[in-house]
Amino acid sequence: MNVPADTLAIALTVNGEAVQANVPVRQHLVDFLRGALGYTSAHLGCEHGVCGACTVRLDGVPVRGCLTLAVQADGATVETIEGVTASGELADLQAEFVARNALQCGFCTPAMLLTAAELFKAGAMPTREQIRAHLSGNLCRCTGYQSIVDAVDAVLKRRAA
Amino acid sequence: MPAFLYARPDTLDEALGLLAARREGATVLAGGQSLLAMLNLRLTQPEVLLDINRIAELAGIALHDDHIRIGALTRHAAVLASPVVARHLPLIALAMPHVAHLAVRNRGTFGGSISLADPAAELPACAVALGATMVLRSARGERRVAAENFFTGLYGTERGPDELLVAIDLPKRPAARVAFRELSRRHGDFAMVGIAAAWEAGVLRLVVFGCESHARLAVNAAAAVQGRDLGDEAVRREVAAALDADLDPAGTLSGRPGTKRHLARVLALRALADLAA
Repeated sequence: MNVPADTLAIALTVNGEAVQANVPVRQHLVDFLRGALGYTSAHLGCEHGVCGACTVRLDGVPVRGCLTLAVQADGATVETIEGVTASGELADLQAEFVARNALQCGFCTPAMLLTAAELFKAGAMPTREQIRAHLSGNLCRCTGYQSIVDAVDAVLKRRAA
Repeated sequence: MPAFLYARPDTLDEALGLLAARREGATVLAGGQSLLAMLNLRLTQPEVLLDINRIAELAGIALHDDHIRIGALTRHAAVLASPVVARHLPLIALAMPHVAHLAVRNRGTFGGSISLADPAAELPACAVALGATMVLRSARGERRVAAENFFTGLYGTERGPDELLVAIDLPKRPAARVAFRELSRRHGDFAMVGIAAAWEAGVLRLVVFGCESHARLAVNAAAAVQGRDLGDEAVRREVAAALDADLDPAGTLSGRPGTKRHLARVLALRALADLAA
């Protein structure tokens, strides 16, 4: 792809399904996921990488969906919380968020869950301070974070038991 | 986002050909963690976005006899996880946890941070403190630029319009002591004030970032310590005081110039104590 273009045909996997689309090169991944595919869990808060609400998984790791172009996901695997919910990977953490009121408006929640999920992959037992540092790139304006840290901490301990 | 054209070369030669043809019209897209934010905010409008993410040879960390080469496209997450960096580049290892947040580190690149030369970024300061060398390529050939000559001003570098930063060579400095200190309002945010420093054979290479226009050596602080014992707290206080003459802090939302000077002195004392420990 060496000739500069303003539209590009891409093929990728989103939440386990093969997707093909023609996308404007100036469209970022979140607009593509929401507008073209209807995955509305990826939220646009600040659109410059600060709030973290747009976080999705690209090839297995969390990235800022507003700081990635849709064309850059060509050939990649993308997961949103819709896909993760379907797989049940974070069912215990999602239940814990509900039980502890770790969400109110829910705007930050999909991204918060995907970011927290990295702590489970790492297999370590972080302190509350480390959980806070880990989640520091995801803003929540409702909860004050306490209940979010509680929920993540509780599930980490339960999974390790 | 403004309208632009997009090209995604698979090889370095293709990328350099496009850069030679488009020059200032082309903007290189590496990790995009600053560039896409600027595009979203319409602060920049490139004719062509030159996406180098498919050029595999630009990514990777290689251990050589006297230096470590970090490919420009190496993600921050890869640098943070690298045992070679942990073993041979302790200053980079200290700095990396301060570089942005998890999701940004998964995309953002070492070379992108150096090329952008954001005044609050950690890596330009570390590169200057360590005496790194920037490796630039163009269709005309390769050019090497010392880090202390690479950063020229606010977001300004020596990189020419047809050049691509392909790698950063960081010298192994097994005898050096290093220190890294940073103050930010939130973990992972850009620094209000930070210090990267290396101390070897009586030579202090200290760089203040976050409140200066660009990464450069603090020459007054270095002169104040020459031939003296950093283990002596009185000496450290003199050096931290001398640092004031190296600073030209801008007032920003995170503090007035006087506040930045104060914070730089406090951080310098801590960093110097780290070096002496």
